[in-house]
Amino acid sequence: MHIESWGRYPIVDAKVESVSTLEVLQEVMQEMPRPMIAYGNGRSYGDSALGAHIIDMRKMNKFLAFDAQEGTITCQSGVLLSEILDVAVPQGWFLRVTPGTKHITVGGAIASDVHGKNHHVEGCFSQSVVSMRIMHPDGRIDSTHAGEELFHATCGGMGLTGVIVDATLSLKKIASSTIEQTTIKSPNLRETFDAFEATAHMPYSVAWIDCLAKGEAMGRSLLMVGDFAKEGSLDYTPKASWQFPLTLPSWVLNGWSVRLFNMLYYAKAPRGTSHQSTSIDSFFYPLDSIGAWNRIYGRNGFTQYQFILPKATSYEGLSAILNAIAKSGKGSFLAVLKLYGKANENYLSFPIEGYSLALDFKIEPTLWALLDTLDALVAHYGGRIYLAKDVRVSQAHFEAGYEHIDTFRAYRHREKLENTFASLQSQRVGI
Amino acid sequence: MQYVVIIGAKSLIAQSTALYYAQAGFGIIACARDTQAIALWATDMAIRNSVDVVLESFDVEALESHATWWQNLSGRYDIAGVITVAGFMPSQAQAQEDWSLVQRAIVVNYMGLVSLLNHVANSFEARKEGFIVGVSSVAGNRGRKTNYLYGSAKAGFSAYLSGLRNRLSASGVHVLTVLPGFVYTPMTQGLALPKALTAHPDEVGAAIYRAQQKGCNILYVRSVWRIIMLIIAHIPETIFKRMSL
Repeated sequence: MHIESWGRYPIVDAKVESVSTLEVLQEVMQEMPRPMIAYGNGRSYGDSALGAHIIDMRKMNKFLAFDAQEGTITCQSGVLLSEILDVAVPQGWFLRVTPGTKHITVGGAIASDVHGKNHHVEGCFSQSVVSMRIMHPDGRIDSTHAGEELFHATCGGMGLTGVIVDATLSLKKIASSTIEQTTIKSPNLRETFDAFEATAHMPYSVAWIDCLAKGEAMGRSLLMVGDFAKEGSLDYTPKASWQFPLTLPSWVLNGWSVRLFNMLYYAKAPRGTSHQSTSIDSFFYPLDSIGAWNRIYGRNGFTQYQFILPKATSYEGLSAILNAIAKSGKGSFLAVLKLYGKANENYLSFPIEGYSLALDFKIEPTLWALLDTLDALVAHYGGRIYLAKDVRVSQAHFEAGYEHIDTFRAYRHREKLENTFASLQSQRVGI
Repeated sequence: MQYVVIIGAKSLIAQSTALYYAQAGFGIIACARDTQAIALWATDMAIRNSVDVVLESFDVEALESHATWWQNLSGRYDIAGVITVAGFMPSQAQAQEDWSLVQRAIVVNYMGLVSLLNHVANSFEARKEGFIVGVSSVAGNRGRKTNYLYGSAKAGFSAYLSGLRNRLSASGVHVLTVLPGFVYTPMTQGLALPKALTAHPDEVGAAIYRAQQKGCNILYVRSVWRIIMLIIAHIPETIFKRMSL
């Protein structure tokens, strides 16, 4: 059957087996042709979960335990973060770490070791994993936790170390489901950086940046910081999402329309600093309120380019990269800048201490050359590319950024996993 | 917390029905012969809906155990109603050759449920409160050569529910007969079912919950079945006996 990920590029023809219980997974793992790869809710952007033989984990979605006193929840790996929120928020608990969409599985969150607006405080998703269980290709199941090799290889390991079957997560206590948000408007990159440093004590922060602004205005942004309100109601009734009704022709989004959008979006925000009270869904998951928003980029699909630079080179590097993008005129209205905290011990987790920028681009023939240019800049400034978003990076540029890549490869080699688990992406970047 | 007892909780129809009651805040007492097989489902539903889901081992065929079982259960929980979904459909051809299959169909679809519901009816009648939902079958509306061994047991059960409804209406106890028609379940797997006449288990659960809450007497999950069965019931026997249905 034809299967794709969130970027709708590429579309592959794969053998897909859906599993709903451990017993079925055990059978499928033994009978599936090699190499195989687990697939969650299809929200990674590129080809991380695509291949010729796919195990669809979405139906392995049972909650196994919830301790509302201690704030721990145990569930199978196909459970969506949105399903955890439905259970946890009304009882005063929230995910310790959540990315910008709640429509991802727990298994996918661990495999990509996702992070969110509070990376500088709480780190990655794996840092909220108390323990998890992994099924090996022969059907054996091992439990693991932080400090063990299997754990650090699997978190961020892109599904290449086994199939995550369930996990126990530690949750964060909240007193209210309302977020108190502050928006800070910055006219250029320097002030954006200063604003990030000045608000580093706030648990949540992220900036929307106008990546097409040039010269003086380069790096102008809206920095949004916030925290849960200290008291209030724990009501959580997610809004019904509005479904994007059609696939737009791909010419609709072009340099001019994006520039216009960015100009209006920036102009709309009040000057200086402003405060808003907002909901979990609009603060953490603004795009989830538009179902199938990936169709806006047209029939050919899109990709997200996300990289991170070490703090020391961030300003210079980002200036160079923003210049290159503005010059190309290939803009994106979803350009997100964020200050990250320290890296964790996982072999392939993306975050390092520094600034990360994420940009959406629609797929077009002239895009690849621009991204290659950006790769070279990222490598030059000592940065790295985020695999969960990637669909095209070369082995050389990927390797340059990940210093523990050989530890990961050695683990795969020793456990004889190289021909057992693979995705189009892992084959491309040679892991 | 008020509880709803579900007999035959391993079936998809039972689990879907249970979900609607759990969402409405009822605790669920899920009864099956093998409770191990539904343990994961029960935990998941309890967490998702913040309700109690209790597993009780129950064997419809163990008639002699029913009195004590019910006495014990109703002593421990505040029970709002009982829903029986248990059923056993042997293949007609095999059953014609093998009496044990027929006997099992009669016990699971009729005798066992009557045995249990007699006790339930007595307690509900005494306290003048409660509901009983019996999942029967359109196969019981008129015997056909392709399915009458199963159908006749269901016919008995439908008649029993009808009588029970008549008796308990004076004490305000509500009895609902459910005739699901075709449903996509493991029991019908492999049969070529007409799409327009075949319901999904989730649809059956929703319909049962709604019909019980509204106080309906006889529920056809897809209303087209009411018309089909009306026509089938009115075909003269001289013609019917020569038909292949």
